[in-house]
Amino acid sequence: MPTEIEKRDTYYESIIKQGYSRRDFLKFSTYMAAFMGLESTMVGQIAESLEKTPRIPIIWEHYQECTCCSESFIRSNHPIVADIILDKISLDYTLTLMAASGHQAEAAKKAVMDKYKGEYILCVEGSIPLGDDGNYCCIAGKSAKETFLEAAAGAKAIIAWGSCASNGCVQAAKPNPTGATPIHKIVKNKPIIRVPGCPPIGEVMAGVIMHVVAFGRLPQLDRLGRPKAFYGKRVHDTCYRRPYYDAGLFAETFDDQNSKNGYCLYKVGCKGPMTYNSCGTIKWNNGVSYPIQSGHGCIGCSEENFWDNGPFYERTTKIPGFAVESNADTVGKVAAGVIVGGIALHAVGATISKRKELSDNIKRAKSNEKNIDL
Amino acid sequence: METRNFKRVFVWELPVRIFHWVNVLCVIVLSLSGFLIANPPALISSAEATNLHSFGIVRFIHFAAAYIFFFNMILRVYWSFVGNKFASWRAFWPFSKKTWSNFKHVLKIDVLLFNEKVHDEKNISIGHNSVAILSYLLLFIVALVSVFTGFALYADTANWWLPKLFAWVTPLFGGDFMVRSIHHIAMWVFILFTLVHVYLVFYHDWLEGRGEVSSMFGGYKFVQEDRLRKAAKAEEAEEKSNKYK
Repeated sequence: MPTEIEKRDTYYESIIKQGYSRRDFLKFSTYMAAFMGLESTMVGQIAESLEKTPRIPIIWEHYQECTCCSESFIRSNHPIVADIILDKISLDYTLTLMAASGHQAEAAKKAVMDKYKGEYILCVEGSIPLGDDGNYCCIAGKSAKETFLEAAAGAKAIIAWGSCASNGCVQAAKPNPTGATPIHKIVKNKPIIRVPGCPPIGEVMAGVIMHVVAFGRLPQLDRLGRPKAFYGKRVHDTCYRRPYYDAGLFAETFDDQNSKNGYCLYKVGCKGPMTYNSCGTIKWNNGVSYPIQSGHGCIGCSEENFWDNGPFYERTTKIPGFAVESNADTVGKVAAGVIVGGIALHAVGATISKRKELSDNIKRAKSNEKNIDL
Repeated sequence: METRNFKRVFVWELPVRIFHWVNVLCVIVLSLSGFLIANPPALISSAEATNLHSFGIVRFIHFAAAYIFFFNMILRVYWSFVGNKFASWRAFWPFSKKTWSNFKHVLKIDVLLFNEKVHDEKNISIGHNSVAILSYLLLFIVALVSVFTGFALYADTANWWLPKLFAWVTPLFGGDFMVRSIHHIAMWVFILFTLVHVYLVFYHDWLEGRGEVSSMFGGYKFVQEDRLRKAAKAEEAEEKSNKYK
């Protein structure tokens, strides 16, 4: 709870102060409503909410990550997103973009955490190494785990940006030398929104954070804690190449005619059928394209363990516990071969071992044969 | 030298046999269409996608067969409460002394191929033997795994509530990748089971001559006369003598 009552700018005031017109602001609200999958009548509600809601302080922590989430976010298609949400207005602490540095920056963060305890949103980019007492990632002399727990304690909600914070991503891939851990496994008592993807789509990130600030509550989440509006459908089920899949028209290699025709990339390892994301609808780079549209299969970056889910360019079914090269079909074929061999051996063995029983049976049956009364 | 006298016994009732063969068909169709879905063949076609729906049809067959497989399984479970003693769930109860002594016997005589010194006809099971029981229980679990993972994968594109009931399975495994792998591995278990199952049916038929193979068509197996109750035997004998008088 805030200890002092102070006048904070609303989002609208901040936006106008930044030099945007009301028209820009309404366009921004409309974009946001569209990204959140809301109907057009909700635009007014978003605008109204942004006009009235004082800005919510945001602390944006960076741990084991590559900052691609931040990069994606500041490229989302409306400049207000980056300017207002991320820039100096709202963002109280972010290693990448803040002006302050060193002790000043840490002090500023501490001040925000104390002043807005229970009110601020904690955004986390990156996983947290738990191996070797968390020494693999230290900021300002403190381990990532320590910093995170401190920031999480007073947060209203936590947003896990990207696959690192949501699933562990590449640093958590086997053998995970640093013990990289997604944040939902560290903090259990706070609402956590997982926004996986490497990186997540900028518009998705904007949509999630705008939902929280505009409505003051979490968006509807699925069982894995992902916003349903953006992770409710498979890339495959929203893909514009889906008709080729249903028609059985597949690219066999990346340089064949089928590939040039723009056929489905299922057989060259596209992970779209197992990946939940909005790439097929919202797309990337302000709606220009997305991997499949550019001729490359989906690599499933927003799914759990995506680095350990088998090769990117093959459709294989990996068997847990077996070597990477072996897939279910190889193991199945070998097992079937072993079983058929075993059956053949068993049949021979039975003939030998049970020879007496068998010959008795035959003798008896033959004697009956002789005694048939025709 | 004479053969032992056998009596024809009704073992597999019609619903059990229908279940068996519908199940066989479903497993074959599901496996074949499943292989096609996992690794579709190169289709040489100059037709536009608008005019083709071949892979959609393969998928439709897979889903339709999956429903039949599922409801067929439910009917079999129902029959285990109303069917005869060979179809009953009691026959599949693995935790009895008798089951385990029979298990050891089958393992010794039929799997490791030892010969018994003294033949005890009581060791020959009329319905399923204990090893078979355990293998069917295992297969039942694998079938459940297939159903749960299959419907979980299907749930997101389904319009009906039934597949959606299984939507919670996917988050258990973190995502579709693992669910799909498990579904695929379960299919291989069915294939491996089928190999062993078919061989063992032939083996028992060949060695014991009790109509193991044909029993799944007609429902009859042949049981040694002296295993039937004395009264029944006497009755039969009387009937016979009257008949041939």
